[in-house]
Amino acid sequence: METTHGPSGAGLLEVRGLTKIFGTLKACDNIDLDIAAGEIHALLGENGAGKSTLVKMLFGSLEPYSGTISWKGQAVRIASPGAARRLGIGMVFQHFSLFDSLTAAENIALSLADDTPILEIAEKARSLSKTYGLPLDPFSLVGDLSVGERQRIEITRCLLQEPQLIILDEPTSVLTPQEADKLFETLERLRAEGKSILYISHRLEEVKRMCDRATVLRHGKVVAHCDPRQETAASLARMMVGNDVAGATRPAAPAALGEELLGICGLSRKPATPFSIPLNNIWLSLRAGEVLGIAGVAGNGQGEFFEAVSGEVLQDSADVIRIRGKGVGKTGISGRRLLGAAFVPEERLGHGAAPRMRLSENLLLSRHATDRKVFLGTAGVIAKAAIGAATQRIIEVMDVRKSAPDPEAAALSGGNLQKFIIGRELDRQPSVLVVNQPTWGVDAGAAARIRQALIELARAGAAVLVISQDLDELFEISDAIAVMHSGALSKPMPIAEATLEKIGLLMGGAEPGHAHHSREVA
Amino acid sequence: MGVIEAILLTIATAATPLLIAAIGELVVERSGVLNLGVEGMMIMGAVTGFGVALLTGSPWLGMLGGIVVGALFSLLFGFLTLTLVTNQVATGLALTLLGLGLSGMLGESFVGQPGIRLPNLHIPVLSDLPFVGGLIFGQDPIFYVSIALTAGVAWFLFYTHAGLTLRSVGDNHASAHALGINVIGIRYLAVMFGGACAGLAGAYLSVVYTPQWVENMTAGRGWIALALVVFASWRPWRVLAGAYLFGAVTIGQLHAQALGLGIPSQLLSSLPYLATVVVLVLISQNKRLTMVNTPASLGRPFVPDR
Repeated sequence: METTHGPSGAGLLEVRGLTKIFGTLKACDNIDLDIAAGEIHALLGENGAGKSTLVKMLFGSLEPYSGTISWKGQAVRIASPGAARRLGIGMVFQHFSLFDSLTAAENIALSLADDTPILEIAEKARSLSKTYGLPLDPFSLVGDLSVGERQRIEITRCLLQEPQLIILDEPTSVLTPQEADKLFETLERLRAEGKSILYISHRLEEVKRMCDRATVLRHGKVVAHCDPRQETAASLARMMVGNDVAGATRPAAPAALGEELLGICGLSRKPATPFSIPLNNIWLSLRAGEVLGIAGVAGNGQGEFFEAVSGEVLQDSADVIRIRGKGVGKTGISGRRLLGAAFVPEERLGHGAAPRMRLSENLLLSRHATDRKVFLGTAGVIAKAAIGAATQRIIEVMDVRKSAPDPEAAALSGGNLQKFIIGRELDRQPSVLVVNQPTWGVDAGAAARIRQALIELARAGAAVLVISQDLDELFEISDAIAVMHSGALSKPMPIAEATLEKIGLLMGGAEPGHAHHSREVA
Repeated sequence: MGVIEAILLTIATAATPLLIAAIGELVVERSGVLNLGVEGMMIMGAVTGFGVALLTGSPWLGMLGGIVVGALFSLLFGFLTLTLVTNQVATGLALTLLGLGLSGMLGESFVGQPGIRLPNLHIPVLSDLPFVGGLIFGQDPIFYVSIALTAGVAWFLFYTHAGLTLRSVGDNHASAHALGINVIGIRYLAVMFGGACAGLAGAYLSVVYTPQWVENMTAGRGWIALALVVFASWRPWRVLAGAYLFGAVTIGQLHAQALGLGIPSQLLSSLPYLATVVVLVLISQNKRLTMVNTPASLGRPFVPDR
């Protein structure tokens, strides 16, 4: 395909009045968007603002309800991703569209329509990825790779098709800060070559740093077109959310922490499946009154760690995990809950809550053992009134917004369901709370509410363990941060000593003190 | 003809229908569709093959008829599960029940009639060589087709772009769709290939193996073919190994029964199943390899969001 080095400012893509309706929801409502050649254009908005729906229409995987798309001045109908690629639009997905059981080269071959031999593709991919500073091994199995490496394959695959517009959907949400820096270099290089980039993100600092223009969406509508370099992070946030977002306030931790409530002594775990991460000798001590954050790039053993701590997977020895001084390594989830622990898994639907059951039923499911006397009458008959009252209490305390008095869990938005699930655990006033990705995919308002609740729980004397990929969140709520990498956990770093750079290096697998080394390798 | 040669020949004829049906189902499952209707498609192929051969006098047209009807019958499954998104397990079971019933009705007038057998290959000189002549150059033509089919499918799946595309659809249909691959179209083709193979395997039973029509004459071979695919961890050459092992133990236990070793015949009859399962479980010990070969989308319905 011919590459045009058009003058900056020439229209490449013009979108007018694009609308998409799902049922009664207008996911995108009359959207206008212009992308010039050689610019990095940011698409900003909260979860559910319509960003993903919009780009899916641009990439041909969703059909618009109404509106027009023009490419280089010509009205076009983008009927499929294949059609988008033929026009010169490439996309790097947020939830990667790679095939785990195929090699990197095979994954790339799939998006090239012709029958180029796999070895030739591998060679091309290797040299192209090197040019753009995205080293990859074409013959490795995707299932074995880290999230950062997978993203490199996606980007390389996209670049091999020589697109003029590259759509990147939240590319940095899975990267360490250092990996993100590398990505920004690549993007700037692409811009210098005259390619355009549509950059979707809710991270305002990186948008301010890189993007030439920004379009802000809220509830499916465009609320502003602006130059992000002229704005502050706060003003951009206001456009996205519609009002000011307060950060959580963190009162100082008590000078002397209380007794140890959660102890982990030498936790190791063999990989359960060929693609899962083994845990390697994890030690941890969590005291009353503190919030400990566990940072790490996704897929470094956080899920396996959570399963071991919550009791979904039991250990060989009881003393590996202690809750309030008692060895619980061989005790199941209910047993651990009875000791005062509470757990919130990462996946809300299907793990944290049963999607097709009502909120009150979901409440009973997680607390039937701990609150047996309250919720269950004689012979195990469900005490509807007591459960209804408790459900109502949680809904009020956490400000859960819903459409029916006691809706099915799946009917709630992600943020509201998460507020309910966390509220359900807090309602028991647990002495140990372990939560995995507390605010993933939750809008800013709800996230602030959840974070504040976690801090308050700790200050009231509980021990709180938060596993998160969102570093800003961890810095906001934690008293100390440890980093999980390849199934091993670093020593917790007090928040006063922690910096983004130090944590980022640990996330990339560097030993503290060997920072320079690893930078060259990466 | 020596005893050993005769035994080896019967093993090949016992293994061939299993191999053909299993290779077809392997392609279907590699595309992410679980079609439990193999038995039904086979029996439809068997009754059609017998009938067409009888009415036209040509065993070759009989084989062709089996292939066509098997493919058409699988198209019904494809339409239900891929277009109307019905449950694959239930639809596959229904297909088997429908096939068994329908073939019984269609074949009523064929019962007891002598069939027409597809003659074995005969190449002058070569086929007359002692021992190897009969084994290598003197078998029925479908035996050679089944070996070529295995080699062809192995080559197609792992050395061609189209095969890669098929595997990708079975691994992750959402990603394949996002790449612009026609998931439903590929699955239709795979399902029809599986149907054609099952139909051919059925026709083999009624035109080559025992040239006659008996109701339910597939006798569970479709189910064994299904099991072979899973235990062979979706690898074509392993399917071949499994089919021949099954054939060998089946024939072996018949001879053992004839010898009267004092072992209960029911135990001997169960040996082929037991031996095949044990051996295939042993060769699929490598969990990692199994994981890589298992189509991750197997049996999951796909509805593109539009």
